[in-house]
Amino acid sequence: MRHTLLLILLAACGDGGTEPCDPLGPMCKQLASYPLGDAVPYALSTPLFSDYTVKDRSIILPAGESLAWRDRDSFVAPVGTIVVKTFSYLADRRDPAGARRTLETRLLIKQDAGWTGASYVYPEASNDPADAELAIAGAQLTTSWTHADGSAKTNDYVVPNKNQCKECHAEHDEVIDLLGPKARHLNTGDQLAELVDAGVVTGAPPRAQWPAGFAAYDPASGTVEQRARAWLDINCSFCHNERGVARTSGLYLTAENTDPLTLGICKPPVAAGRGSGGRLYGIVPGQPEASIMTFRIESTEPDIRMPELGRNLVDAEGAALVRAWIGQLPGSCP
Amino acid sequence: MRMGMRARFVIGFLLATGCSSDPDPCEGIVGACIGLTSGASTTEVQTALIEIEPGGTIAFGKGTFEMTGELSLDVAGVTLVGEGMDATILSYKNQTNGAQGILVTADNFTAKDFAIEDTKGDALKILGTTGVTIQRVRVEWTGGPKETNGAYGLYPVQCKKVLIEDSVAKAASDAGVYVGQSDQIIVRRNRAELNVAGIEIENSTNADVYENTATTNTGGILVFNLPGLDVANGARTRVHDNEVFDNNTENFAPAGNIVGKVPMGSGVVILAAHEVEIFKNTIKDHKAFNVGMVSYVPVGTVNDPEYDQYPTAIHIHDNTMTGVSDMPTGELGALLITAIGELYPNGPFITPDIAWDGVVDPARTPGNPAEKICIHDNGDANFINLAWPLSEGTLPSESLAPHACTLPPVPAVTL
Repeated sequence: MRHTLLLILLAACGDGGTEPCDPLGPMCKQLASYPLGDAVPYALSTPLFSDYTVKDRSIILPAGESLAWRDRDSFVAPVGTIVVKTFSYLADRRDPAGARRTLETRLLIKQDAGWTGASYVYPEASNDPADAELAIAGAQLTTSWTHADGSAKTNDYVVPNKNQCKECHAEHDEVIDLLGPKARHLNTGDQLAELVDAGVVTGAPPRAQWPAGFAAYDPASGTVEQRARAWLDINCSFCHNERGVARTSGLYLTAENTDPLTLGICKPPVAAGRGSGGRLYGIVPGQPEASIMTFRIESTEPDIRMPELGRNLVDAEGAALVRAWIGQLPGSCP
Repeated sequence: MRMGMRARFVIGFLLATGCSSDPDPCEGIVGACIGLTSGASTTEVQTALIEIEPGGTIAFGKGTFEMTGELSLDVAGVTLVGEGMDATILSYKNQTNGAQGILVTADNFTAKDFAIEDTKGDALKILGTTGVTIQRVRVEWTGGPKETNGAYGLYPVQCKKVLIEDSVAKAASDAGVYVGQSDQIIVRRNRAELNVAGIEIENSTNADVYENTATTNTGGILVFNLPGLDVANGARTRVHDNEVFDNNTENFAPAGNIVGKVPMGSGVVILAAHEVEIFKNTIKDHKAFNVGMVSYVPVGTVNDPEYDQYPTAIHIHDNTMTGVSDMPTGELGALLITAIGELYPNGPFITPDIAWDGVVDPARTPGNPAEKICIHDNGDANFINLAWPLSEGTLPSESLAPHACTLPPVPAVTL
């Protein structure tokens, strides 16, 4: 059924099937409003922190096609794939099933030339995708909600502009790619096994060889180190890797990095400016309060905070986890 | 279909700007152009930066453009042009998001004739591209030197073919003009004032820095190689025909930054750089030294096997150096004072024109021409080898005899 609908959309675009839609054109808006239940929904073991929004993700593959397995990098999607992510605030975070305000739906569309991104922003009074408008230059939305501790929160939520898709999604060599659909991020509960069984993901090795996924916010999921590294992986490594936007810093926070220096341990800053916070090293073992890493993930200043894009607020739970990890690292710096 | 969208967009834009009494900023510009007048919002400017066709121009009219967030450009061959560095100003006083003023990730980028003021972080950052031309652009933090100013003014990093000329950089908390991890660089006829570092070439190859004026910074012109970077061991920098004077502003870099170690009163500083030729400059009136050369050894611990932490093939000749005096500050300054005290226990503590930490790679063969430091024909400029760390058995020296040599010229850069 969904393939039929997709084919109609493809035909409507008139580009012979390999150009699923022009992100600047009206058809993508229809895709953004495509019923998510008909696509393949998925969740991540640890999601990127996005100012306490909740995110609904799904993937629409061309008929008969699948995601090709890779051990570390994102699965390879065929041309014609559309990945849909909708960001919302719960009115009250203590009530996940309650009212929500939908902010934006982002699309990544795989064309012959690669991935293209677009975001559609919802008016304040509507959660209906039909009312969402393309915002290539981004937007700023005034939002408020009741937080998990019952306090009132506000945020000038920032919708990224079209160029900024690349600032995060160009994980390697300035080429836009998916960030979430990786084996370790999808390996939560039985989700990945179900995706493999359904043929959505093909080429997977035996399950015993799959990389583990850790839920950063769930202490039952792994050790403090495993969970803190998972948090750094999803929040930082899309830039902080040897082929990423932050390669000039020499700080690599990928899941597989085991080199203490490039992980930041006793590593002096390079071009941090005010971002150093007067601290000498990225990570000082045992001393989170002396580590640049905690200074930057706990800052809300535009030129200090990390990640640079996509957050105004501090991920208090994530920062506490990183603090706990640094606190238990052995050794000291010169 | 996409072209149709674009055409409609441009027309809509012209209609919108046509309502203003200002002249069309695109007038006289050949090729695709989007004109922006000073009431334009951040969203409108950003939209133009996305919608502009490859090779097109975005023309800013006279006046101040109040930007609240970072702008980014990812379209190749685009020119950003204003009506003069004092007439067209992108002001980021009220910036609430994004770390940079403008971030460029597309090849063959040109910026000319406008100013960028008061960004939260770096003013103009260009990352990983080929072809950067910056002409008559001013970047400034208007409150003067402050630790809370952004780190870098004009900031190409990991770029090839970089030209920065006739521009002005003021009050950056790291470097006003900073070219990092790049190749084929010309930096000429610029003015750098009141920054921590006026002009800095870092981990770069083939750089030509000439006819600039660097004054009232903490350090005037820096040629640095740092460890732990993607691109290590920069080489071949010419620093010539510059006016470098009175760089005696107190170091206001935030702590933890390497540039925070530059002593107030530094003219030209070489840190672990290779094949550097410094000639025909006028370097004067510095409280620490006119030219300083240092290895990474006194600076910190190196954990990077690729990195060569000693300055090699440094050639300092035919410069005019005068007017060094007073007391140097900071860690390196303290080293200077200690060394001078070793030579003249009773003073006077007159600081030298040319200072070298004196640290030599123990694994190297003495006298290897590829690794020499040659100093000659600098008038009556004096010299000190600081013999760091001044332990038992080593004494500082003022003798230039070990440096009476010459080196082949570093080639000029043509783009």
